[in-house]
Amino acid sequence: MMKGMINMQITGRTIKYGANVDTDVIIPARYLNTSAKEELAKHCMEDLDPEFINRVKPGDIIIAGPNFGCGSSREHAPIAIKASGIACVIAPSFARIFYRNSINTGLAILECKEAYEGIDDGDEISVDFDTGVIMDLTSNQVFRANAFPAFISEIIKSDGLVGYTKNKLSK
Amino acid sequence: MGMTMTQKILAAHAGMNEVKQGDLIEADLDLLLGNDITTPPAIDCFRESAFDKVFDKDKIVLVPDHFAPNKDIKSAEQCKKMREFAREQGITHYYEQGREDMGVEHVIIPENGLALPGHCIIGADSHTCTYGALGVFSTGVGSTDLACAMATGKTWFRVPGAIRVNLTGRLGKHVSGKDVILSLIGKIGVDGALYKSLEFCGEGVAALSMADRLTICNMAIECGAKNGIFPIDERTLDYVKKRVLGYAGAPSWLYPDEDAVYDQEITIDLSEVRPVVAFPHLPSNVRELGTFSKIYIDQVVVGSCTNGRIEDIRKAACVFMGRKVAEGVRAIILPGSQRVYRQALEEGLLEIFLDAGCVVSAPTCGPCLGGYMGVLAKGEKCVSTTNRNFVGRMGHKDSEVYLAGVEVAAASAVLGYIGSPDELPIV
Repeated sequence: MMKGMINMQITGRTIKYGANVDTDVIIPARYLNTSAKEELAKHCMEDLDPEFINRVKPGDIIIAGPNFGCGSSREHAPIAIKASGIACVIAPSFARIFYRNSINTGLAILECKEAYEGIDDGDEISVDFDTGVIMDLTSNQVFRANAFPAFISEIIKSDGLVGYTKNKLSK
Repeated sequence: MGMTMTQKILAAHAGMNEVKQGDLIEADLDLLLGNDITTPPAIDCFRESAFDKVFDKDKIVLVPDHFAPNKDIKSAEQCKKMREFAREQGITHYYEQGREDMGVEHVIIPENGLALPGHCIIGADSHTCTYGALGVFSTGVGSTDLACAMATGKTWFRVPGAIRVNLTGRLGKHVSGKDVILSLIGKIGVDGALYKSLEFCGEGVAALSMADRLTICNMAIECGAKNGIFPIDERTLDYVKKRVLGYAGAPSWLYPDEDAVYDQEITIDLSEVRPVVAFPHLPSNVRELGTFSKIYIDQVVVGSCTNGRIEDIRKAACVFMGRKVAEGVRAIILPGSQRVYRQALEEGLLEIFLDAGCVVSAPTCGPCLGGYMGVLAKGEKCVSTTNRNFVGRMGHKDSEVYLAGVEVAAASAVLGYIGSPDELPIV
């Protein structure tokens, strides 16, 4: 069994948003004249929640409604979220290009409808990527998402597809 | 088990006899696309991964169209980076601003005969799904996927299921492909086709122009679809033959199996589709013209990968002919390519726009994504033939974008409020 080889568990405070959070609010196109991640992070969520940048702390977790990341193919969106300090995004569903881009750039994402419905903004939660178990430590609830297959965990641990590919080539 | 048209293309490109929904496959790619926003990070990835050469210099298309002609210094640096990469790698299909075959990526790829029936294409741009109009499987990806595919010529896909959209009847007056796709998105929602193909079929297809089909497939992504695709017919083949000398014809297997399985079936009677407008801030927020009170506007944009083809520009010219843009409104016309621009010039359309008081711009994506050439101020309202009306899409977060077809957009510019060509005084 590959399970257990990768031990990925995080604990963080949640920041909660609604349905259809699109890539234009995650990182407005007016900032796409650069792909420097620190620059992008400064403007993350700007048009949806101007306070995001002030309140986000390293390790925080975004909980959001269905179809997170809809819209453009800009990889700048998951890059901005990750560079802002967010450790994971949990939503009932993700737009498909965003889903692919998140894994490729090493942003952890989990699909879980119940977690979206049950977890409040500001709750302390823990996420175990090996088992898919999400625990709300504030309200004492447990939710279950599909765990990552081992190779997806490896990609995320390697900081994205580029790191993963390099690691594989160097082995 | 029978396969959908999309599944057949994926199977053929994976070297398999059969694929089914949910299969993970690796497919050979016929064409890859990047633009000035998405290619620079792909180049970084390409270098970081220690890739040396692209897999095939003739199968990569690089287009500086989003913030080009360069809107500022940073954009200029991004375009420069892409241009230098294109030169270094000897990329055949690098399209420089102003050249005859240049324009907005999803307008020029079909126009230049690069997307052909049965092809499997990825692009680091979400509207890559446009080419489905030509019986192509095409879908948007990110910069990392583009980088890896530039090196290998392959990418992985999860084989999608499909929604079958059966078209009947014919479109009426002042109704276009834009109204068809907006109505469909309104019906199923912005995630109604998430991870799936939209496969169009039925006797209504024959009467749809290629421009209408391209517009419809272009916005498949706005309901979450992986791709949109039309069956090929005489019109498709005529379109391709005009652009590809000695075109050998579409693959014989390029049709959906009769026993293909669909997740859902939807029928749209084209004769019942009405001119519609998608209100802020989702493309699914669709209302029929005539069912809402007067909304006064500040700007109109006609163009983009959704509606920047010569057919669109002609429709706009018909509305503007002998009329003036209303007091207090700016109207911006963006022909989708240099060829469309030239044709509009030769047909006398540009003069109609100038007489009406419109801005006519070089082909660029600029205003569609709030880049430049028509960014909105706080509180401003714009009727646009583009594809997204998210918060802040075309400028300030408190501006509003109303998506519509070309005729409604042009008529609104003359009226000063969102309205129909039927409301215009006869000239």
